[in-house]
Amino acid sequence: MMPQTQQAATAAEPYITPDGRKIGGVLMDLRNITLRFGGVTAIKDISFNIREGEIRAIIGPNGAGKSSMMNVMSGFYIPQEGEVWFRGEKRPQMRPYKVARLGLARTFQNIALFDGMSVLDNIMTGRLTMMKSSLLEQALWWGRAEAEENRHREQVEKIIDFLEIQNIRKTPVGRLPYGLKKRVELARALAAEPKLLMLDEPMAGMNVEEKEDMSRFILDVNDEFGTTIALIEHDMGVVMDLSDRVVVMDYGRKIGDGTPDEVRNNQEVIDAYLGVAHD
Amino acid sequence: MKAVAAPQAGLRSIPALLARNATQMGNRPAYREKEFGIWQSWTWAQAQDEIRALALGFLALGLNRGDHVAIVGRNRPAHYWAMVAAQMCGAVPVPLYQDAVATEMAYVLRHSQARFVVCGDQEQVDKIIEAEEGDDTVEQIIYTDKRGMRKYDHSRMNWLSDVQAEGRAAHQRFEDELDARIAELDYDSTCVMLYTSGTTGKPKGVVLSNRNVIETARASSEFDRLQPTEEVLAYLPMAWVGDFIFSVGQAYWTGFCVNCPEGPHTMMTDLREIGPTYFFAPPRVFEGQLTSVMIRMEDAGRLKKWLFDHYMKLARRVGVALTDGKPVGALDRLRYGLGNLLVFGPLKNTLGYSRIRVGYTAGEAIGPEIFDFYRSLGINLKQLYGQTEATVFITQQPDGEVRADTVGVPSPGVEVRIAENGEVFYRSPGTFVEYYQNPESTASTKDAEGWVATGDAGFFEEASGHLRIIDRAKDVGRMADGSMFAPKYVENKLKFYPNILEAVVLGNGRDYCTAFINIDLTAVGNWAERNNIAYASYQELAGHPRVYEMIRSHIEEVNESVAQDPMLSGCQIHRFLVLHKELDADDGEMTRTRKVKRGVIAEKFADLIEGLYDGSDSVYTETEVTYEDGRKGVLKATVRIEDARTLATPAQRMAAE
Repeated sequence: MMPQTQQAATAAEPYITPDGRKIGGVLMDLRNITLRFGGVTAIKDISFNIREGEIRAIIGPNGAGKSSMMNVMSGFYIPQEGEVWFRGEKRPQMRPYKVARLGLARTFQNIALFDGMSVLDNIMTGRLTMMKSSLLEQALWWGRAEAEENRHREQVEKIIDFLEIQNIRKTPVGRLPYGLKKRVELARALAAEPKLLMLDEPMAGMNVEEKEDMSRFILDVNDEFGTTIALIEHDMGVVMDLSDRVVVMDYGRKIGDGTPDEVRNNQEVIDAYLGVAHD
Repeated sequence: MKAVAAPQAGLRSIPALLARNATQMGNRPAYREKEFGIWQSWTWAQAQDEIRALALGFLALGLNRGDHVAIVGRNRPAHYWAMVAAQMCGAVPVPLYQDAVATEMAYVLRHSQARFVVCGDQEQVDKIIEAEEGDDTVEQIIYTDKRGMRKYDHSRMNWLSDVQAEGRAAHQRFEDELDARIAELDYDSTCVMLYTSGTTGKPKGVVLSNRNVIETARASSEFDRLQPTEEVLAYLPMAWVGDFIFSVGQAYWTGFCVNCPEGPHTMMTDLREIGPTYFFAPPRVFEGQLTSVMIRMEDAGRLKKWLFDHYMKLARRVGVALTDGKPVGALDRLRYGLGNLLVFGPLKNTLGYSRIRVGYTAGEAIGPEIFDFYRSLGINLKQLYGQTEATVFITQQPDGEVRADTVGVPSPGVEVRIAENGEVFYRSPGTFVEYYQNPESTASTKDAEGWVATGDAGFFEEASGHLRIIDRAKDVGRMADGSMFAPKYVENKLKFYPNILEAVVLGNGRDYCTAFINIDLTAVGNWAERNNIAYASYQELAGHPRVYEMIRSHIEEVNESVAQDPMLSGCQIHRFLVLHKELDADDGEMTRTRKVKRGVIAEKFADLIEGLYDGSDSVYTETEVTYEDGRKGVLKATVRIEDARTLATPAQRMAAE
C-alpha cells in the first residue's frame, strides 16, 4: 500500500495559482468509492482527490449522488467499497465526531443550527471537539474551564468579525433570515479550524446579493486561512468563478474532472446538463 | 462655572491639546472601540504614544508640511489618530465620506492633491485606486484593516500598524523633526479641510484653522459645561464638520472619551452599552427610534401597553415642563417619579439615553411631537443651527429655553444679523478661512468684514431673542401687501401630519396664500379602510369629500399656529386643493431627493393655480404623466377647490381694536 500513497502524493506537484494562492499536495484522496443503499447504487466506483489549499467543486444534476459523496467524505456514510485517504493515511471506519477531530467541518444543505440558541453559542458549539475541561469543571466554572472558554471565545469573535455578523452576536438563530443563517453555519464550521471545509450548497435559495456575499466569504476563507474547501453547488456561474477544479457526477458516476474550462467543454457534461436523446 | 478667558499660551493646536491631556489626565480614557465583542480602550497617554508613532511613521514615508492626507473610513480610533498625526507633521487632514462612489472621490482627491490616503479597508483602497484612473496621484496608501490586502502591490501601500512600528523604530531619527514641526503649529495653521456635500455644483473644500476649531470647541464646551467625564459615541461620518468638532475639537479641549462602535450595524447596541452623556443625532435617528418603540408597544401585552399609554399621557402633560425646570404640582411630580420608575427609566435605558446630559439635533426640521416625546422623558434634547463654514455653531438653545420651532440664541462669540431680504448672516471666531483654491466662491460667500451668508432666511423672535429659520433665502418672497412669504415654513408644518405627504404653498406677489396638497396613500388609505370608505384609485381617494374634510382640519390647525406669528401670519392658507396625482421625480415635479421644484409646478399646473385665485369651486385639468416604463399618458380630472378658515393677523386685530 505504501508505494501507492507515495505515488499519489508526489503525482501532485505543488504550484501557485495565477492569483497567488499556493496549492499543495493531496489532502484527501477518494479511491474507487462505491456506495449502495440496498439495491440502489448511489455512487459507482468514483475516484478523485482534493489538494491542499484548493477550492474543489462537486457538481451534477439532482440525484447525482453529490450529497452522498459528501457524507462519505465526512464519515457519516461508510462506503461498501473503496478507501478514503486523508493527509496521507488511510482513514479507518470511525464515528463522525472523530472525523471532525481530524480536521473536517461541514455545513448542511438544510440548515442545521440550534434555533433557540444565540449566534454566539451556536458558533461556540463548533469548538466543542477542542474543549478539554470536564462537564463538572464547566458547570462550576472552575479549573481549566474559564481560561479555556476565554481562549475559544477569542477565536469565535475573530470569526464573527471575519464574517461581519457582529450585530447579530446575541440574536437567537431562529429569528434570523435565511441568508444570515447560512453565514452562521459557515461560522460554526470555521470555528472548528478545519483542514478541509465541506460546504453543501452554500448558496441554495439565496438572492443575487446574498450569493455575492457568500462567494466573497468563501474566497476570503480560502485566501486568509488557507482552508481547503470542497463545495457542492448548483449555480454554475458561482462554481466556475470560485473553484480551481470541478468533479462532475451524474447518476452516481463521475463523468468529468478538471478545471472549470475543461469541464465546461466536456461533451458528456454538456449532455448531462442539457439532456440528450436516448436511443 | 469657572471662566476660562483665553486658551493658555501654547494650546494653539490639536497636538498641543493632546500633549496637555496626556500630562494632566494621562490615565483617563481617551478612546474606546468595540472589537471582538469587547470594548478596548486607550488612555490619553496611550493615545499620545500611538499618535506619535503614527506621525513618526508618516515622516519616515516622507510626509511634508502642507501636504494633504485624505482619510476614508468609518469612525475608528486609528482614523482619528491619523488626522492628529497628520497635523503633527504639519500636514492637513482631509476626511472624506466613506460611502462616496469612486467618481465622487476622484474629484476631491484631485482637487485636494492628497499625497497620502488612509483607508479603512480593502473596499476603500479599491475605490481610491479606481478614482486615480491609473494616474497614481496618491503616493502612499495606508490601510487600517488588513483583510484581503495580501495580494495588493505594496510598493506604495502599508498597513497602519506597520507604519506605526516603523515610526517607533525610527524615533531617534525623526523625533526632533517631529517636535519641531509640532512647535511650528499656531492659531493660523490649517487644522482640517472638510468638503461640503454640495447640493449644487462641485463640492468645495472648507479650510478651517486651529483658531476656528479650538475657539469654537472652547466656547461650545463652556456653553454646555462639558466635563472630562463625558462619554460620546462617534458614529456620524468623519467627513462631516460636526463629528470633527465633537470627536476631535471638544474631545481634545475638555478631554472626554470618544467611543467608536464596532460597525455601522451595531450602532444601536453599542449606544446602549456606552450610554453617552453628550449625544448628537439628526432628526431621522430620533424618528426611527420612536417608530420602533411605537411598533414594539403595539405588540406588547395589555398591562404593559396600558402602563405605557397612561404614563406617556402624563409625560406629555408635565414631562417637558419638568425637563425645563418649570414649576409642576407636587402630585404630578410624584406621579412622574413613579412613571420614571415604571416606564420612562426602562425606556430610556433601552434607547441608550439613560445618562444623556446634553443632546443635540440639527440638520433639518424635527417634528414637534418627536421632539417633545424625547424631552418629556426627561432627555435634555436641544437644537442647534450651524454649517461647515461656521465650524458648526451659529446658534444653539441654552438649557431651559428649548422649543421645537426655534434654533436658539447666537452661540458665544458669534454675531448674527438679518439682512433686508431676511437672509441670515454671521461672523464668528469659527468663520472659515477660505474655500480651498476657490477665491471666487470664498469672495461671494464671505465679505471683507468677515460676514458669511448662510443662504437661509430667518428672524429673531422679539420676546425670546431666539432665531427662527423659515426657509432657504431664495424661496422667500413678498406678498402683494408686502408681508413676508415663506412657503417652506408652512409646508413643513403641514408635512408633520402623517396624512400629508407633500404640500406646495403658493402666494408670492399674490393677495393671499393657497396650497396644493398631496395625500400620503399609505396613511390615508389606512384611515379610509378603518372608516369604511371605498375607493378605486389614488385619484378617487384624493377627491373624496371626507378626505377634503380631514385635510381642511389640518390646514386650519396650521393656520392657527401660523397666525401666532406676527411676521408670518400672512402665510395662512385661504384656499387649497388636493392634487389628483402624486408629485413625482419622473415627471420632473421634484428632485431625486424629493425637493419640490416650484418653477415646474407653477408652469405645469397653471390652470389649477388660476382656479385657486379666481374663486371657482372646481377646475377640469389634463396632466401629462410618465409611467415607470417611460411611456407618457394623460391624466384627466376635475379637481375640487375648497376654502379654509383663517384667523385675523395680530396687526389686523390691532387695527380692529
